[in-house]
Amino acid sequence: MSLYAPVNILSRAEAQDIAQRALKNSPADETRVNITSSARADTRFALNQVTTSGENRDTNVTITAFVGNRSASVSTNRLDDASLAAAAQQANEIAKLVPPNPERMPELSQQSYPAARDRVISLPSPAERAAAAKLVTELARANDLIATGFIECRASAVALANSKGLFAYDASANVTMTATVRSPDGTGSGWACSDGTTFADIDAKQVAATAVEKAKTSRSPVAIEPGRYTTILEPTAVGNLVQLIAGAMQARAADEGRSFFSKAGGGNKIGLKVVDERVTLTTDPDDAPSTTGGFDGSGLPLEKVTWIENGVVKHLNYDRFWAQKQGVQPTRVGGGFGARSLRMLGGTSSIPEMIRDTERGILVTRFWYIRSVDPRTILNTGLTRDGTFLIENGKVTRAIKNFRFNESPIFFLNNLLAMGSTIRINASEALGAGGAIYMPPIKVRDFTFSSLSDAV
Amino acid sequence: MTRTRRDFLKTSAAVAAGTLVAGQRLSASGLIHSASDALPVDDPAIKALMQHAIDVAKSGGASYADVRVAARRQQNVNVRDRIVQGVSDVDTFGMGVRTLVDGAWGFAATSQLTRDSVAAIARAALDQAKANRASQLRPVVLAPTPGNQVGTWKSPITTDPFTIAVPDKVAVLLAATDAALKVKGIQTASASMFFLREEKSLMTSDGSYLVQTIYRTSPSMSVSAVSADRTDFQSIDSTDIAPMGLGYEHVLNAKLADRAPQYAEWAVEKLSAKPVEPGRYDLLLHPSNLWLTIHEVIAHPTELDRALGFEANYAGTSFVAPPDAVLGKLKYGTELMNIVGDREQPGSLGAIGWDDEAVKPTKFDIVKDGVFVDYQTTREQATLMADYYKKVGKPVRSYGCSYAQSWADVQFQRMPNVSLQPGRNDDTWESMIAKIDKGIAIYGDGSFSIDQQRYNGQFAGQVFWEIKGGKIVGMLKDVAYQFRTPNFWGSLKAIGGPRSYVLGGAFGDAKGQPGQSNSVSHGCVPSLFGQVNIINTGRRA
Repeated sequence: MSLYAPVNILSRAEAQDIAQRALKNSPADETRVNITSSARADTRFALNQVTTSGENRDTNVTITAFVGNRSASVSTNRLDDASLAAAAQQANEIAKLVPPNPERMPELSQQSYPAARDRVISLPSPAERAAAAKLVTELARANDLIATGFIECRASAVALANSKGLFAYDASANVTMTATVRSPDGTGSGWACSDGTTFADIDAKQVAATAVEKAKTSRSPVAIEPGRYTTILEPTAVGNLVQLIAGAMQARAADEGRSFFSKAGGGNKIGLKVVDERVTLTTDPDDAPSTTGGFDGSGLPLEKVTWIENGVVKHLNYDRFWAQKQGVQPTRVGGGFGARSLRMLGGTSSIPEMIRDTERGILVTRFWYIRSVDPRTILNTGLTRDGTFLIENGKVTRAIKNFRFNESPIFFLNNLLAMGSTIRINASEALGAGGAIYMPPIKVRDFTFSSLSDAV
Repeated sequence: MTRTRRDFLKTSAAVAAGTLVAGQRLSASGLIHSASDALPVDDPAIKALMQHAIDVAKSGGASYADVRVAARRQQNVNVRDRIVQGVSDVDTFGMGVRTLVDGAWGFAATSQLTRDSVAAIARAALDQAKANRASQLRPVVLAPTPGNQVGTWKSPITTDPFTIAVPDKVAVLLAATDAALKVKGIQTASASMFFLREEKSLMTSDGSYLVQTIYRTSPSMSVSAVSADRTDFQSIDSTDIAPMGLGYEHVLNAKLADRAPQYAEWAVEKLSAKPVEPGRYDLLLHPSNLWLTIHEVIAHPTELDRALGFEANYAGTSFVAPPDAVLGKLKYGTELMNIVGDREQPGSLGAIGWDDEAVKPTKFDIVKDGVFVDYQTTREQATLMADYYKKVGKPVRSYGCSYAQSWADVQFQRMPNVSLQPGRNDDTWESMIAKIDKGIAIYGDGSFSIDQQRYNGQFAGQVFWEIKGGKIVGMLKDVAYQFRTPNFWGSLKAIGGPRSYVLGGAFGDAKGQPGQSNSVSHGCVPSLFGQVNIINTGRRA
């Protein structure tokens, strides 16, 4: 019997009960209660066999006490009355000791949220996960290759309540499967991912077929000179880099001169064109990966936000304090902007068409170990991985050694040549469930690869 | 706030009577303490629950099982400029059970510590293991441990940070940001403290019961300067203050307010610093920079799970592979390079009494006189090395590198403290600068990136100085060094002596799927590398 039959994340009524018990014992002037209930089931495989699998579930309650403009938070996963009261008391005691915060915003009163969407919350059994893993390992073995991969399934519920009568609740599930298939001689490696809301969305056969094919075709790569190349980025590679823009779109940092979005001489770049006019970036709570929490950390209902439209900066992320100070509305995008539901609108091309139209270029499967080099330009470094290919005269001709890049999404989105259809991808580095965003494949000119890597 | 065992039993009784409104599956089931100081992990009732889980696992067919109960408390205090941004205290408590059935692993965890829940997760872990047998090509075999070990261990702290009043902590941070903001040109300053205390107990089916209390402390700050025309901004982070496996004394010793003006002056100076001219330079790395390079290009690639391919889908494999081809043969660097693994170093982030498989760790050689000699291992991994160990006359035993980030996660191979040993000389940072005719010195760690086999690295820093004629002649900016690992360590020309040894460290090092984070220290000395490739990262378009 699986621990997740049923999934056992908190229902709305159960979350309300916990919130009420936490609030009723809080001595603070105002109190906020955040509840996160989660269940996880995962299976990991390597060297063509399952190496471990696990299940866990937990519920955490964070109580934030406000004493005037002073505040503090205490979190616990012990849910009885005594522990919740102790946590509330402790938050209150700490808050009383903290200097007042002049930037503190009052708690929101009751808000209107969209009707809860009907979601199927279920997680697969260990046997179902093991069977999915076996689809990859068996195909790898049949091709004399070695498969490594991961299946992660998460279900979660989040709730927010406060002493002014606000209550918000949402629940969701996310599932992801990734596989890296390598050749025994260590010269070839291919990767694939399938991401969705339920386990039924996962196409293990497709993951196996793609990763195996890439592993076979990526064997024995040759070195070509680093430099600036016409480059076709598969959607995961696009997501790896484009999502970096989101983290830089904080209005306060821009207004204070500490961001790419700061304008020389003062102010920010809202209204200025920063990338090709075909680029539009949005976040939308109706997109599936953002299902956990149709509200932000203070309880504001989320809304669709257009960040860049036709290359022009339309919006920066204003928290409630900075919005008030600047005389604008706060951005209803929630915490963690950039990790949830970022969408780049696509175009009419496709990867085969892009390849066909390329005289000499490079095809990239995904990037790895991406780190900021210069926040002034959103310049980042990182490496290609698990399938990097040379395109010559309209065809993929050979596997090439991996490159390190030094690039900014701002730079290469100004060098846009073509875009394909937008799809859901998992572009988080750890490739856990829930990291999905929506990106198209793109073709750009003059993508900067700065050095070669011997890594396969 | 401290709750006694009597309170605990009282709450348990209440739960047993079904008085919790939300029902038993929501209750933390009575084995609850407040978010305070009396952690019940070493409680006889908890121990009985652990034994129950072991019994269920064994009766269900497990050839081996272990059970971990952990109570973890962490506190963050953050200030920005002259405002307290947040004080948060996080407390979590639960149990994880791992079972081995016919050579296949299974794991399950819960925060509900009732007799029924504990039995349920033991059965769930058995179900996992049994389901996984279907694809098993090679059964897991564990290297031996002494078994029947009973003991306790605690980080060597002077002051429990959770006993220090919040206003005292806030005052330290506000003094630091205030000192930085007094420097002309500083636009913003932030400072924070992070504290962790984890009490965890481990019970194994071969009779061990071990209780450990681990503390970690990290004070830090960051300052940013903005140019008058707002076309440039530069920051300095206090990466030279490493997180440590110590208590509040580490905060006091860090003296943030004393250091803040220096950080601020460096940030302002960076605005007008000379952009580096790309090329090859002799490169002197301060330990506050080099520890991170060691972490990425030595500590990670010498993890056996990477070398064998277990991490291929996420953190990557290793160039230090395959084992037969590299053990005792791979020339990692010059003979100045001696690297040890050590989970006992006092004050280090990785210090423990036993790992999460009840193995008491030992100090061991990883690179000896520049040659790679051994990997980091767990009990499962050590048996995979049996042939090599037999050949070189070493026992088949784990080096104690098993770790799980919490009760909710399964343990797997994580690095010990991995450190570069000092040279047999009296050199220091200053004396080594004096010996350089033309080069660059880097202080503090900055941007870092490495490929999935740990060959191609690109690392930056906090402060970069140009050296000419044995003297620092000015500050540089937009500097990063790029290298291929064996060539880089093959260019190691000189290292500092024992009195220049510094312990750096990382609080959150990610690996595994699902990703887990561990904390680890790396000791090293100032080191000089010849003719390293330096790039300019200040690209504008």
